[in-house]
Amino acid sequence: MSVPTELPAWQPTRRNAEAGLLVVALVIGLAAWANVDLVMLGELSPTFTVFAIVVIALAIVAHLGVRFAATYADPVLLPAVFMLNLLGLTMIHRLDLGEDVRAISNGTATPSPDVTTQLTWTALGAALFLLTLLVVRDHRRLQRYTYTSLFIGLLLLVLPLAPGIGATINGATLWVRVGPFSFQPAELAKILLTIFFAGYLVVKKDSLALVRTKVLGLELPRGRDLGPLLVAWLVSLGVLVFERDLGTSLLFFGLFVGMLYIATQRISWVVLGGLLFIAGSFGAYFAFNHVRVRVQVWLDPFAYQSEQGYQIVQSIFGLSSGGLLGSGWGQGFPLFVPYAKSDFIISAFGEELGYTGLAAILMLYAIIVTRGMRASVACRDPFGTLVAAGLSIVLALQVFVVVGGVTRLIPLTGLTTPFLAAGGSALIANWIMIALLLRISDTSRRPDAIVLSPDDALTQVMRL
Amino acid sequence: MSDLALTLLRLGFLILLWVGVFAIIGVLSRDLRAPRDAKPAGMPPAIAAAPPTPQSKQSAKAPRATKRKRGAPTMLVVTEGALSGTVVPLGSAPITMGRASDSTLVLDDDYASNRHARLYPHEGKWIVEDLGSTNGTWIERTRITSPTVIPNNVPLKVGRSTMELRR
Repeated sequence: MSVPTELPAWQPTRRNAEAGLLVVALVIGLAAWANVDLVMLGELSPTFTVFAIVVIALAIVAHLGVRFAATYADPVLLPAVFMLNLLGLTMIHRLDLGEDVRAISNGTATPSPDVTTQLTWTALGAALFLLTLLVVRDHRRLQRYTYTSLFIGLLLLVLPLAPGIGATINGATLWVRVGPFSFQPAELAKILLTIFFAGYLVVKKDSLALVRTKVLGLELPRGRDLGPLLVAWLVSLGVLVFERDLGTSLLFFGLFVGMLYIATQRISWVVLGGLLFIAGSFGAYFAFNHVRVRVQVWLDPFAYQSEQGYQIVQSIFGLSSGGLLGSGWGQGFPLFVPYAKSDFIISAFGEELGYTGLAAILMLYAIIVTRGMRASVACRDPFGTLVAAGLSIVLALQVFVVVGGVTRLIPLTGLTTPFLAAGGSALIANWIMIALLLRISDTSRRPDAIVLSPDDALTQVMRL
Repeated sequence: MSDLALTLLRLGFLILLWVGVFAIIGVLSRDLRAPRDAKPAGMPPAIAAAPPTPQSKQSAKAPRATKRKRGAPTMLVVTEGALSGTVVPLGSAPITMGRASDSTLVLDDDYASNRHARLYPHEGKWIVEDLGSTNGTWIERTRITSPTVIPNNVPLKVGRSTMELRR
């Protein structure tokens, strides 16, 4: 039970504030694109008009959708996400132009621009964002699909292992390829598993929180309540072993431990999860060569700078040449870093916008995560609280793992930078997550709160 | 393009980016303040009015803190039940209790009704009114039948919860 507060009878919808911030986001995105074109081409590229029309249309449609379907939703989530997405598109466009320059000087054909693909994915992401808002009119309905989402989520997780459609790219078996399309099903699985964890923990949290035995001054849960934690741990290890994907494995385990902590408010789950994580990490380090290489490169990248450490070393050089204020759009050399458009887009931003720009980007992520947590705290049903908290944890963990990896704070793992990096599946999944967060914040900020279903149960007559 | 223009573009964009971040923070901080503010200007009058209690006139004109009488209670303390230890500060607004999630005090108790009872201030005293609950509202051993003044430090029972008013 939270501290009882008086709910105000009237709440502003804040939709006009959201519209204003969307205009600011559009101005920043278009200014960035124009800046890139002016510096690299000396004039606006023909794609500028296309970009401007598409993103303005997307902003209007997304805003109208929120106005109609989630009137009281949080006003800053959508603009912050939009700003990040536009910055990501601009950086991909800038790297496209850089590749063109390189191809011309090498005398090879110019590669097809990735930004058109990413723009298409953005439009698709925004469409699914609207669809989610329209279909999920009440997030509590999702609780019915607790075990359905577990089933589909696990299925998506193992789908890349299926022969015929699974594909291994750069050592990780993460993709499903059907014809020309490739997709990372794990990105959608993270939403479904969040829903499952929330639905499961709502039912089980009392026994997970209350029944415990005391060992060494720390209150520990009973042996049989440990089951789910162990299963989550084993599934994460399974992803690591069979799909060789460190990032996804870390994300799922961190998500489950975080949600367990929020559901039970017991620090012992975090301690247990931490111990299992340490055990798993040590085991993986000794058992798998690819994990060991990652750790060694992390500890001393310059010893491997011409081979496995090349990428991280270039990224560090990029960040350092960016310095405090950066080189400015189009004036750095971010293409020295392999995969600058996807995994290492953060180092491209660090080089061209400097620490100042990177700090602004991290601020935007911080704002999105705190607003997600805010929606979680304000939500009046336990399921919504857990879903919002879980989705915020997913976003926060992704940013931490990617930025930490690129800046060599932690070993490099393959996760995508939400909303910035090139990659369609992650972008779509993140847009759906934002739609769910908006839905939950809309329900909790709406003044005429819908009465919860348990209230409809009959009052028992007391025998006195 | 000249160096000066490039530098201006470079710094100008960073400033623009931070203006955007601060615009978001500005909206955010206004959003955090909003619930605590007094009634906003554009508020629909029908909802703006105090809830229709018998004492609505009273609560509408109450500049409460200044007129508090000596001996008037300042808080409602839950002493028994699931919410034991919860303290609700008493202001000028009525307090509702029950299982309904929009109650001031949400009782997770099978023996409490959805809208069980209401407490409201009247001339420096707090009155409890049963809202037609199944198991009744009790002051000490007596089930109340009409709005009743709650003395300080006397147990008030609602469902399986017990609470009292304290100074």
